[in-house]
Amino acid sequence: MAYSDKVLDHYENPRNVGKMDDKDVNVGTGMVGAPACGDVMRLQIKVDDNGVIEDAKFKTYGCGSAIASSSLLTEWVKGRSLEEATQIKNQDIADELGLPPVKIHCSVLAEDAIKAAIEDVKQKRES
Amino acid sequence: MQFPIYLDYSATTPVDPRVAEKMSECLTLEANFGNPASRSHMFGWKAEEAVETARRQVADLLNCDPREIVWTSGATEADNLAIKGAAHFHSKKGKHIITSKIEHKAVLDSCRQLEREGFEVTYLDPGADGIITPESVAEAITSETILVSLMHVNNEIGVINDIEAIGKITRENKILFHVDAAQSAGKVDIDLEKMQVDLVSLTAHKVYGPKGIGALYVRRKPRVRIEPQIHGGGHERGMRSGTLATHQIVGMGEAYRLALEEKESDHERMLELRTRLLDGLKDMEEVYVNGDLDRRVAGNLNISFNFVEGESLMMALRDLAVSSGSACTSASLEPSYVLRAIGLNDELAHSSLRISIGRFTTEEEIDYAIDKIREAVGKLRELSPLWDMYKDGVDLNQVKWAAH
Repeated sequence: MAYSDKVLDHYENPRNVGKMDDKDVNVGTGMVGAPACGDVMRLQIKVDDNGVIEDAKFKTYGCGSAIASSSLLTEWVKGRSLEEATQIKNQDIADELGLPPVKIHCSVLAEDAIKAAIEDVKQKRES
Repeated sequence: MQFPIYLDYSATTPVDPRVAEKMSECLTLEANFGNPASRSHMFGWKAEEAVETARRQVADLLNCDPREIVWTSGATEADNLAIKGAAHFHSKKGKHIITSKIEHKAVLDSCRQLEREGFEVTYLDPGADGIITPESVAEAITSETILVSLMHVNNEIGVINDIEAIGKITRENKILFHVDAAQSAGKVDIDLEKMQVDLVSLTAHKVYGPKGIGALYVRRKPRVRIEPQIHGGGHERGMRSGTLATHQIVGMGEAYRLALEEKESDHERMLELRTRLLDGLKDMEEVYVNGDLDRRVAGNLNISFNFVEGESLMMALRDLAVSSGSACTSASLEPSYVLRAIGLNDELAHSSLRISIGRFTTEEEIDYAIDKIREAVGKLRELSPLWDMYKDGVDLNQVKWAAH
């Protein structure tokens, strides 16, 4: 399969690879997918006192498009409020990366991951 | 070195230049272009002679009579002809067929079609080593069984079934035995004097011949009867009509002649290269060879790098042409059914590479492949949350995954 230049760029030079302390009350973790499906994404965000995402990290087990989707997402969410970050749609990711139809599920997974991470940090902060 | 490096010889092989040369002598006006079925002039006679020479060359590799070779368009057609042809001809004797879960799709789908027509099919489970045991065949036989169809060498994991032992069982029980030898001809000894096999599917393009040509061996003693699947001019003693493709057939003949001539040296060299490849990879953590390593064709290595997804691995290995058991691109997201059938879990099945070595592979290419694979696996593990979890001592089988 031919990959778009943007997918290749994120794959070759993934942004914001890493892991944050998920015990930190300001860190939200979203882990989605399953090894059985060939995709597991872990997306983490760190939120400041104003509810703005100040940092984001990811690790992804999956195809190049899954890696690129999560890498791109970490770039996009930094500096956004939680509210703004929830507005990101999988189609935006798919369009930006030029994903073919068979790879749309990679962008869906990325959207699921950011939603799960936001949910996680909200819950932590409330409790 | 030329890039990308071709390491997918189990998928297909380049045509040997010596084969291409022979083929090119059967095309143009000045060359041997005639219809082998033309009996009234020199052009036909010459073409027929070339076809019969090729038939003998193919028969020589299998130690059988040339009259037992029926030309087809490839192994898929040969599988269809053998399985449907035998089942249709013998359906009055019984309607039970035995095959295995790790056969090629040409066999599995032919069996599925027969199921739709009212036949019953038993799909044997291979062992964790990928081998179908003679005992499991014997146990599956019923009074209704008319045909057993098993592959000699598996296309994904390269393991070799004991055809001679299984043939004894089928012959004792007066059941036809079909063997798909697409991956074994020219690589593993096939002696049809010794092996009690009735039907054998063959192809040219896995042994440096052209695509689009294959053959079905149909035993004469004891005589095996099958119903033709393609009707027409009655070529190939009525078993497969259609004008013979002289250039293709000549190519297959020459490829098989070379395979016989160079079998020993090819085998030795490929085994050396595969050992070199495995030695270069096996000290990495969480690396598994899929299927039995010893009972395997020399050119095949199927290997899983745990916690790394196969497609992303192939992407990192863009200058190596290999294949993966991962099927991230397919709609089903199902990994290889062969790897699943030998008991691999999903992670390992998704993490597999099939690297197949051939006549034109060099040591330099293998060394380059080792370096690239080690680098890519290392990089992707740094990116893998599963690797993190493994390193943290998390048992991945205990994690509740949200399947999507």
